[in-house]
Amino acid sequence: MRDARSELTRPIGVRLWLSGGWLMLLACAAIFAPWIAPQDPLAQDLFLGRMPPFWENGSEAGFWLGTDSLGRDVLSRILYGARLAMIVALVAGTLTCLIGASLGLIAGFYRGWPDRIISRFVDIWMAFPPVLFAILLIAVLGTGLTSIIIAIVIIDWTRFARVIRAEALSQSAMDYVASAQVAGRARFGTMLTEILPNVLPTIVALLTLEMGIAVIVEAILSFVNLSISTDSPTWGGMIAEGRISVHQAWWVLVFPLITLFLTVLSFSQLGEGLKDRFDPVLR
Amino acid sequence: MMYQIRDLHLSLPDMTRKPLLGPAPRINILNGLSFDVPQGAVLGIVGGSGSGKSTLGRAMLRLLEPTSGSITFDGIDITHQREAELRSMRRRFQMIFQDPMSSLNPRRRVGGIIAGPLKLHGFDNPRARVDEALDMVGLPRSFASRYPHELSGGQRQRVGIARAIALRPDFILADEIVSGLDVSSQAQVLNLLEELVRELGLTLAFISHDLSVIRRLCSRIVVLHQGKIVEEAETAALFDAPQAEYTRELMRAIPLPDPDQVWI
Repeated sequence: MRDARSELTRPIGVRLWLSGGWLMLLACAAIFAPWIAPQDPLAQDLFLGRMPPFWENGSEAGFWLGTDSLGRDVLSRILYGARLAMIVALVAGTLTCLIGASLGLIAGFYRGWPDRIISRFVDIWMAFPPVLFAILLIAVLGTGLTSIIIAIVIIDWTRFARVIRAEALSQSAMDYVASAQVAGRARFGTMLTEILPNVLPTIVALLTLEMGIAVIVEAILSFVNLSISTDSPTWGGMIAEGRISVHQAWWVLVFPLITLFLTVLSFSQLGEGLKDRFDPVLR
Repeated sequence: MMYQIRDLHLSLPDMTRKPLLGPAPRINILNGLSFDVPQGAVLGIVGGSGSGKSTLGRAMLRLLEPTSGSITFDGIDITHQREAELRSMRRRFQMIFQDPMSSLNPRRRVGGIIAGPLKLHGFDNPRARVDEALDMVGLPRSFASRYPHELSGGQRQRVGIARAIALRPDFILADEIVSGLDVSSQAQVLNLLEELVRELGLTLAFISHDLSVIRRLCSRIVVLHQGKIVEEAETAALFDAPQAEYTRELMRAIPLPDPDQVWI
């Protein structure tokens, strides 16, 4: 018997190409920043302050995207800022996903008292306004990379827990779970081998979404000056500085803003694209 | 005696009417059932929807715990055994589910679905046993690398059967396994099941709402209505002289091929 469906190959969509491409570019920028950055991102030169990008009159060679009011190169700062953004996206995103998804899976699959405890916690957690909560946490923990990551994990695990719980709940009602019991599989084993593969596409989609959110949260915290010390360039910090001089030097605000926007968009589109592609049921 | 069921009661909590505090009221689903399933028998369990036949099936496999009464499988009382104690016995009683789309994990290939239980029970050489099981249900061996959604309804149900027989169980419960299939696949699946029961010397309980399907396959029939047995008889006797009014009602519901033909 032959089935044409198994011979069907799907081209990688434009969505996946574009978002994946941008994120790869950014990852390279983050890794190779010291070698590819045209200038030292921290070098100040007050004689070179507020130079426009290269296509405008009065631009200075070697400062492609112009300089800020202290004469620091915008392009170099964006490249170095990618380092922090990427670290936060990967580490905070993954940790949030691991904690939230595990709790959601346990709540949805075991029901009963684990579900009651976890769901109550999620409800209480979600009553806090997230940005205020983050600022409060940073105020308590002190600024720094670890604090940012901890704050993101503590605030956002509920997003995973809720969605994965609902998903696990509906999957648990399927007969393949009963069938695993008939086969004599232990409860915990059933959760890992039967339920987890079925909620994995959702987890992946949420994970990439969360990475985008982590980048935004980091930018927000930098914007209010609660991220890392001002010596290390961050996109949020650049946006905050650019805001002050937006009438004299728009490029200081606009370029990091575009980078941030494209990054967050790429993360969410990557998730959707991956979900379509690696789901044997949708395929 | 494969199964001995005595005065089986089962009730489930009704969560929709649960008060804010305190336990939910319970609905009685099985109200004192007693019957036997002898070794090698093919027992039909028939009843309308809501009669408790699927609940009975799930209680017999101990997917549900009875409230009272007893279920004895091959001399062992399994009524209130804990899951850990049951686990080693589970190979011996298997189940084929109504909806294979739901009972086959959509993210596993057919080979993995059949091999999973084999590995759990420590069978050697699961690959060869998967091939053998696929042969027995009349599916090509290449199907082991397919996903369930790539199969037709009848093929999916054959995978369900293959998974159950691969474990070489003593008893199989088939819960409405043909109700989701078109008539020609129904006939094929029923023929297959009949053959397998004969070849492997299985004991089979076949749950259905359709007496015509039961009549083809079963030697003995239990008629269930509102969680009680209203009639229990040999197939021929039941069809010749149904005793209970409910049985007669079910029999009238069997569609006959064009009863108004003039030339007959």
